[in-house]
Amino acid sequence: MSEQKVITLQHLKIGQHARVVSISQKCHGLERRRFIDLGILPGTIIVAEMRSPSGDLTAYLIRGSVIAFRSEQTRFINISIL
Amino acid sequence: MTVNTAVPKMYGRCEDCGIYNMANLKKLGINMDKWDYMIALAGNPNTGKSTVFNALTGLRQHTGNWPGKTVTRAEGGFIYNRRGYKLVDLPGTYSLMATSLDEEVARNFVLFAKPDVTVIVVDSTRLERNLNLVLQILEITDRAVVCLNLMDEAKRKQIIVDERRLARDLGVPVIPTSARYNQGIPELLEAVHDVATGRVVCRPHRVKSISAKVDNIIKPLITQIKSAFPNLPNARWVALRLLDGDMSIMNAIRDDGLGELNHAPAFNLAVA
Repeated sequence: MSEQKVITLQHLKIGQHARVVSISQKCHGLERRRFIDLGILPGTIIVAEMRSPSGDLTAYLIRGSVIAFRSEQTRFINISIL
Repeated sequence: MTVNTAVPKMYGRCEDCGIYNMANLKKLGINMDKWDYMIALAGNPNTGKSTVFNALTGLRQHTGNWPGKTVTRAEGGFIYNRRGYKLVDLPGTYSLMATSLDEEVARNFVLFAKPDVTVIVVDSTRLERNLNLVLQILEITDRAVVCLNLMDEAKRKQIIVDERRLARDLGVPVIPTSARYNQGIPELLEAVHDVATGRVVCRPHRVKSISAKVDNIIKPLITQIKSAFPNLPNARWVALRLLDGDMSIMNAIRDDGLGELNHAPAFNLAVA
């Protein structure tokens, strides 16, 4: 696998697959814990499934569950597109 | 998990047999005057908690395949092996670090209501995701049974789960079920009964120590929590949440009244 450049999850387009690289250090405490509890860890595969009409909410397939995030949350998650 | 072999002598042959007991399961619906044991149903969203609930109580609590269906809790009862059970169906949650109302309902119940047994319903096709919550619940209670639900779906997806290995690693009984088809329900009832009556004693897997540094910090905190809220179980867990900066746990302790805050000395939050 070639080395991919790292982007944040908010830039993942619908239908694209990505692998989590890290959660930004800017995200800490309970907010960070929340991501971890939802299964977002380095190596986790995430697929962008659908986007709300307003474009603010995006639903992602993460370890078998579809979970929606706002872009203000997904900007903390560093990924590489597969 | 150890099986206490001294107790079964009290039971006759019939009472030890799953078939006999299942035939004597009396579904009480919501008609409960008194009960011997309180059982909580916890688990990730969409793992079939309400289906298990209905299978045991004979109720038709609405089940549906969408998240957040059970926003507050539902209660029902049944009689099994001459003991009255009250069953509480909790909203699905991914973690005990509550971030929404329904998650808070689930967390507060497991934490403060001290159910005699917590049945953790897991989706056997998504074990990896589900085990996170299992371990979190085992941190705060040692009377738990894991219900490995949706086994029919796992079979269809050709997923094989080694439930005996899982039970050994987790230290609590693990019962495979397909609640939709009533499969595994007799075994689940028996396991719940065994844990409730103390016939089976759980030894749940726990992270021993996070680090000496954290241990040193939480030790005085645990002492303070214990003296301020003597009725609160799991002072260590609460201490760790306070270190996380989880204010909702503080409010939960206050609102619940279990700690009798009025008589308690002021809580030193500066440590957290």
